[in-house]
This record gives sequence, structure tokens and C-alpha cells, in this order.
Amino acid sequence: MKVLEIKNLSVKYNEHYALQKVNLTIKQKEYICLVGKNGSGKSTLLSSIAGLIKKHSGTISFFADKGDVAYLAQNNMKEIDFPATAKEIILTGCQKHMIKPFYSKEDEKLLEEISEKLNITSLLNKKIGDLSGGERQRVLLARTLIGQPKILLLDEPCSGFDVQTIRTFYDILDELYEKTNITIIMATHDLDEIKNNKIRVVELDGTIVFDGSIEEFNKK
Amino acid sequence: MGQIIDLLSYSFIQRALICGIAISICAALVGVILILKNYSMIGHGLGEVGFAALTLAVALNVSPLLVSLPLVMIAAIIIMIISQKKGESGDITIALVSTGALAAGIIITSLTTGFNIDVANYMFGSILSMTKNDVIISVVLSVVVLCVYMFFYNRLFMITYDEKFAKTRGINVTFYQFLISFLTALIVVLGMRMMGTLLISSLIVFPAVIAKGLTNSFRQLIIISGIISVTCFILGIFLSFFLNLPTGASIAAVYILLLIITRVVNKICI
Repeated sequence: MKVLEIKNLSVKYNEHYALQKVNLTIKQKEYICLVGKNGSGKSTLLSSIAGLIKKHSGTISFFADKGDVAYLAQNNMKEIDFPATAKEIILTGCQKHMIKPFYSKEDEKLLEEISEKLNITSLLNKKIGDLSGGERQRVLLARTLIGQPKILLLDEPCSGFDVQTIRTFYDILDELYEKTNITIIMATHDLDEIKNNKIRVVELDGTIVFDGSIEEFNKK
Repeated sequence: MGQIIDLLSYSFIQRALICGIAISICAALVGVILILKNYSMIGHGLGEVGFAALTLAVALNVSPLLVSLPLVMIAAIIIMIISQKKGESGDITIALVSTGALAAGIIITSLTTGFNIDVANYMFGSILSMTKNDVIISVVLSVVVLCVYMFFYNRLFMITYDEKFAKTRGINVTFYQFLISFLTALIVVLGMRMMGTLLISSLIVFPAVIAKGLTNSFRQLIIISGIISVTCFILGIFLSFFLNLPTGASIAAVYILLLIITRVVNKICI
């Protein structure tokens, strides 16, 4: 079942095309890794899908509700001084179209389950800025998952982490993929660290230059 | 103690306390969002716009609230639009709008009434001269701000922390940015009489800045800001009465003192 269809997508920054005529159809429960060198358009493609930047031309059609899409950006330290606990941050992921002035018991239960899965229960009452990069990314992943998204967009989620943290993060992602029907679209430079052999690799260089299984990509 | 009880028996003090407490709580709540979004100067900028609006109201001999409320709201929206669309940073836009408004206010005053007592009262604050009508308007609008804030609390927090994430969840971020502008404008207009247009930003900024050093949680930050705001207001108003000082400046002085104390205690404890 199709969840997302991109037709002739072009994105321009000033006069420079970051993406040109990208065509991509994504089905439910696909695990897609967007690869390519820096500036190849991986983040631009994800940001376009997430609705964060305006496209120059083309269409992006969702066969899921827009509230079913969740986006996890690259690791950054901007919130180091932000006074909020990990729990408060995660719960914001429950907000979709409907305004929730208060969180329900179901939301709290979901928070508990996801925190256990991601091994962040002990971090919930800590200040977000006091967490390490890896811990913070797991907290932010929990924020995306608590909204029970059908499509998960990840923009180089492990950029700047050590190997152990990268492996732990991808193991969590693998388990999530295996146990749910979620569709994952992830920009990454760490293809070697991802053990899942069902991955579809999409290589970009301003446009799509390769689209196939990880096996085919490795043979290339 | 007897002096304080005597003081509380005056109806003008009662009015000042009711208005001040209501406005202080609202200013603290909105201030938390503004300082975390790096918009702490917006209160100052809108205070200058309030000054220009007030000089216009005095020149036209109409109610200051009727002129200042729409003008300050328009200015808040203009600041937000320019900051968003033109890619100008928030503080540049605020500086442009506030200096423009201040210049307009000075020109209007010079061409009409001159710096009379009405203008001075609004510039430096004169909460003790609040009327019964002022109390009703302040309390009703403060209740509106509180209700709106509580209803949208989770959304406002989400957008304050991460606008991008909110956008990807299909949330209309622009609406909430305008809501924040609207609430800020309302607080500035309400607080102008109490603090004066020159010091209104202290009412918005100080409670959140002081509280930020005391907690790790956003919810606690809001509660502590509210408590600090009300406490400093009450201490400031008594200081103002007993030492015969302007109210706005007295409240700001209490804030500064508390900020220094909390920072020093924090340094010693850590």
C-alpha cells in the first residue's frame, strides 16, 4: 500500500537547484535510507516531505494523514539552556490536529511504554539540556513515536555520535521497524552500521541516481 | 505591621493590588515564552508603541486604552510579520518599530499638549491612580489571557521548544505566533499604567529570567515566574508607598535585587 508519492519534485535555493525532478513512490513498512555526499539533497528531500520548505515544482502526495508524519532532525545542542524535562518534551509529540490542553492517562501510559523500549525511563525527569547527545536523540525519537506516526522521517539522526551510540540507536530503530507497520525514511551516512537487510537505498546527487535494495547497492 | 494594615484599608491601594496581581501573573506567563524564544525585547518595543498611542489619545482627548490596544496589537503583528517574512532578526525589527514609535510620540506631544501629567503618568507608571473601571478592564482582560494561555498551554510549549517539529505535526505555527503577539500586546497595554511605558518590559522579562535559574522544568518555570511576579509586585508597591517612589521603578528595583540574590545563592550552592 502506497503511503507517499513524489512526482517531479524540484527545490531551489536562490538560483541553485538542490533537487531536480525527483520521483519516488514509498510503500507502507518500507525502510528507506537516503544516501549521498554532503549537499546531494538528502536533507532537502526530507524537509520537503515534512513540509518545512517550499518546493519549486512537482507534487508530494500523502496517503496518510499529515499528523501521521513525524520528523526527527539532526542532533544539535541549541536547547542546552532550555528549562524543560525530557518527559515534558516527549509529551509534546501527542499534539496533532486536535488541541490537547491536558494529557490523558493513555498518553502517560504510552510514554511509559516507549520510555522503557528506548531505555530512557531514568532520564524522564532530567533537564533536556543536561542529557548527552545520544540520550537526547533517544528522547526526541520518543517524542516522534508517542504520536504513533505511520511515517518516520529521520535526518542524519546520529550525526556526531560515537560508534556505540550509533549502533544502539539503529538497533532501537530496527526493533521498531520489525515490530510495527511504520515506514522509515532516513538520511544517513552510516549505512554500514545498519544491519537490517530489508533496507531500500535511494542515492541522491541532486536527483535520484540509484534506487534499489541494499544488496544491489553494495554490489554497485 | 499596623502601617501595612492601614495601607490596605485605602480603596486606591486595594484597586492597585487587584489590578497589579492580575497583570503580574499574566505578564510572567507570557514572559516565559518570550524569553525562551529570544523575544525578550518585544515588551520594551511595544511599550514605546504604547507611549506613541498614549500621546495620540491625550492629544485627541479619548480613552488611552481605546487607542493603545489596537495600535500596540498592530505593532506586535507587524513585528512578527517582518521578522518571519523578511528574514530580519527579531531584535532589529523591534528596534526599528520602537524607535519609530518613540519618535512619533515625541512629535505628537511636542505639537499638541506637551509633556503634561497624563503623559508622565504613563511614561513612569501611576498604578495608585487607577479607577474602578481600570480595575474591571484589567481583571477581565487578565482572566481572558489566563484562560487562553491555559487552553493553549501544551501547544505554546511545543512551539516555544521546537517550531519545526510542530510544523511537521501539521500544526499551524503562524497562528500560535500571532497568538503570542496578541497576548504580549494585551499585557503591555494593561501593564503600561502600572509600570510605565519605559519599564513595562521588566514586568515581562524579570520573573522568567529569575525563575529560569531555579528550575529544570517548563511547568515549574511558569509557576515560579508567577509567584515571583506577584511577590515582587507586592513588595514593590509597599516600597513605593513607604519611600514615596514611582511604582514601576520600585517594582523593577525589587526584581533586580531578587535577580542578584538568586544568582549569588545559585553560585554559592553549586
